[in-house]
Amino acid sequence: MTIPATLDTRSPSLSPDALALLGRLILIVLIAGALTAVDPGFASVSNLLNMLRQASLLFLVASGLTLVIIGGGLDLSVGSNLTLSACLAAAAIKTTGNPWYGVAVAVTSGTLIGFTNGLMINRLRLPPFLATFGMLWVAQGAAYWFMAGQTIYGMPMSFRYFGTGFFLGVPLPIWITLVVCVVCSIILHRTTFGREAYFMGANQTAALLSGIAVERRRLLLYVLSGLTAGIAALVYLARLNAAEPGIGEPLLLPAIAAVLVGGTSLFGGSGNIVGTVLGAILLTIIVNGLNLLNVAATWHPFVNGAVVLIAILADFIVSRRRSESG
Amino acid sequence: MPAATAAGGHPADHAAAPLLRLIDIDKSFPGVHALRSVSLDIHAGEVHVILGQNGAGKSTLIKTLYGAHAADKGHIEVEGRRVAVARPADASALGIAVIFQEFSLVPYLDIAQNIYLGREAAFARFGLIDSAAMHAAARTILDDLGLDYDTHAYAADLGVAQQQMVEIAKALSQNARVLVMDEPTAAISEREAERLFATIARLTQKNVAIVYISHRMKEVQMLGDRITILRDGAVVTSVLRDEMSQTEMVGAMIGRPSGSQLARTPRAPGDPILFARGISTAKLSDISIEIRAGEVVGLAGLVGSGRTEVVRALFGADPITGGEIALSGSRAPTTLDARVRAGMALLPEDRKREGLALPLDIRDNATVASLWRRFTSGWFSPAAAERDTRGLIAQLGIAAHGTHQTVRTLSGGNQQKVVLAKWLAAGSRLFLLDEPTRGVDVGAKAEIYRLIDQLVDGGAGVVVISSELPELVQLCDRAYVMRDHRIVGHLDDDALTERAILELVVHQ
Repeated sequence: MTIPATLDTRSPSLSPDALALLGRLILIVLIAGALTAVDPGFASVSNLLNMLRQASLLFLVASGLTLVIIGGGLDLSVGSNLTLSACLAAAAIKTTGNPWYGVAVAVTSGTLIGFTNGLMINRLRLPPFLATFGMLWVAQGAAYWFMAGQTIYGMPMSFRYFGTGFFLGVPLPIWITLVVCVVCSIILHRTTFGREAYFMGANQTAALLSGIAVERRRLLLYVLSGLTAGIAALVYLARLNAAEPGIGEPLLLPAIAAVLVGGTSLFGGSGNIVGTVLGAILLTIIVNGLNLLNVAATWHPFVNGAVVLIAILADFIVSRRRSESG
Repeated sequence: MPAATAAGGHPADHAAAPLLRLIDIDKSFPGVHALRSVSLDIHAGEVHVILGQNGAGKSTLIKTLYGAHAADKGHIEVEGRRVAVARPADASALGIAVIFQEFSLVPYLDIAQNIYLGREAAFARFGLIDSAAMHAAARTILDDLGLDYDTHAYAADLGVAQQQMVEIAKALSQNARVLVMDEPTAAISEREAERLFATIARLTQKNVAIVYISHRMKEVQMLGDRITILRDGAVVTSVLRDEMSQTEMVGAMIGRPSGSQLARTPRAPGDPILFARGISTAKLSDISIEIRAGEVVGLAGLVGSGRTEVVRALFGADPITGGEIALSGSRAPTTLDARVRAGMALLPEDRKREGLALPLDIRDNATVASLWRRFTSGWFSPAAAERDTRGLIAQLGIAAHGTHQTVRTLSGGNQQKVVLAKWLAAGSRLFLLDEPTRGVDVGAKAEIYRLIDQLVDGGAGVVVISSELPELVQLCDRAYVMRDHRIVGHLDDDALTERAILELVVHQ
């Protein structure tokens, strides 16, 4: 062929990924605008910060999960990982009186659970769904056994600062979210590991046959997911000021929802971390709005489900149209 | 044209009228003229062998006959009446059945249930299936074939040969009058094959016509009443068994006499890059191969002869159970990723499933195998990757809007070039190319040949698997020929001809 390869003339801001993010941002602004119209109190700084803080907690659980899903896996154990890590950390802080022991314990236990997930998938060749589904129950069970029906409460103020404190007028969890988001984004877009994760997610066989050390990369993805679950456990513990074996379980499905609403495909190979941030905000703002509109809590799951479905459907239609138009 | 017109077919000339006629069947796929005006007469009670190389059009012919493909031109007649075969169901209704190489039995249904799958209504009584009657009917059919299988046995518990027999029984239960068998002995033992031949003899006595697809000369000689040879989608000749010698048949399969091939430019190979001795895997036995720098080595053989398995074993994609592989004089690393880092590259046969991440863009695909080498620190620079990709696009002449076009939307030839780009970027020195020109257009084909030349000139070693003999003979300095998961011959210099390969392949 003598036709020279033409250079990409489209500006990067119009890339499909950027467009998907922009769409979500606009949706959030529209909903926020509508809610402000109904009740001006919605737009108050305190309400907005409060909402973002809630979204942060959800995002932290969903962040590592996003990496795993982009890499073609799934981690159903993030919720119970958070439970167990929070319970262990609470016990460590209570016994030693030193919050840093708690931090060390939660980070270690979260990472170890992720490591075990990766090992089960690599060595036992278990599908990610099964391995992490098993881990969900094991970690949950361990938490019940460890707590023996007790609740640990009353964390020192120096520790609670992570969940309730402010820095430059912004709640600490939001800062933590910002850091985790930036780190994840760098991992995904500025490291060879991140590029390999996308390739693995898009086609695992081709990844293997391209010389990617798939098993080692996969292990690292699950370790990162475990690590962020451990970090989320600390923020939760600091915020709730108590740990008991029921705290993490209700978080799994919203976390998956945040990833999906953020535009990351459950089939792997696409998506990004900023999408998950927006997904978490979108889900939180909707619950907040429903409360504002005095919609009975029984309807909340229904609305959340509808949002997840619409988001997935919209991405599906857009991507299908794109692949058809070539 | 209305499908129901009964043209010709005068009742008077029925004495010698064929049971089934294909008349001027023509079929094209994008880039391939698969069948060129093929006409075929199938008579009741005869075994009609269809002989041809890979890609001669045998599978397309079967699929057209079975209603899985619609012919572009031509038509089909059954007993002199023109018929429309638009769907497999039409073929069934006309008494045409196909035993494919892949069986379609449901593992956890028993033999009787498999035979009457979808037709249970025939045994309905008060809205329930009369199981006893169904098993009795299945029994009769099996007895007819001389088979003593228990009709209650699950398909999952049957061996390959037994499953094949059940498929045949199923076809007969549908009153098949034409039974098409696609390489029926490919996966069964010699003893089982003999039982199959006995069954075929039984069927022809019952006036069933057998269309037998094969390339095994022995079977062709033993079974075939009539033999039709296909080449490049056209019928070369159709003869009775004794009208043609085996050598003439081989000649008809390859077509042009071997003297007419273009002269190769002799190359001067350098040091050995890869040396494999006595490699065995689950699917290979005792493979020994040497590849030197600056040469193209062919792997010839039929599909399923173990060619792909050899390159996979060399690449580290399948575990080896015996033998050893040396790379540049020292023992090859065991893992696949380490072999890639040692300079090996694989262009897989199925590029969409194994070579590319289709939803990702050209940049991600073209740089994936070289990330370790280009960004040694682990930090990835999109700008650098962008530059590299533009360079590769220009070097290989990939026709694309830009580096961010998803590879799914590229043509076959351009997709293949992206796979090659990936390995060029990785600085590979040993290229294992599995059917590199399959499904690519003529222009891209020539460019791939040119690229192979460049690689070899640059001191790389190249292994090429190809089912197209002219391509193989033209491209390679020498070739290993495979049959039944073994290397059965090595041809170089003047000995490397299409005819020599084919003779080794068909085992004369």
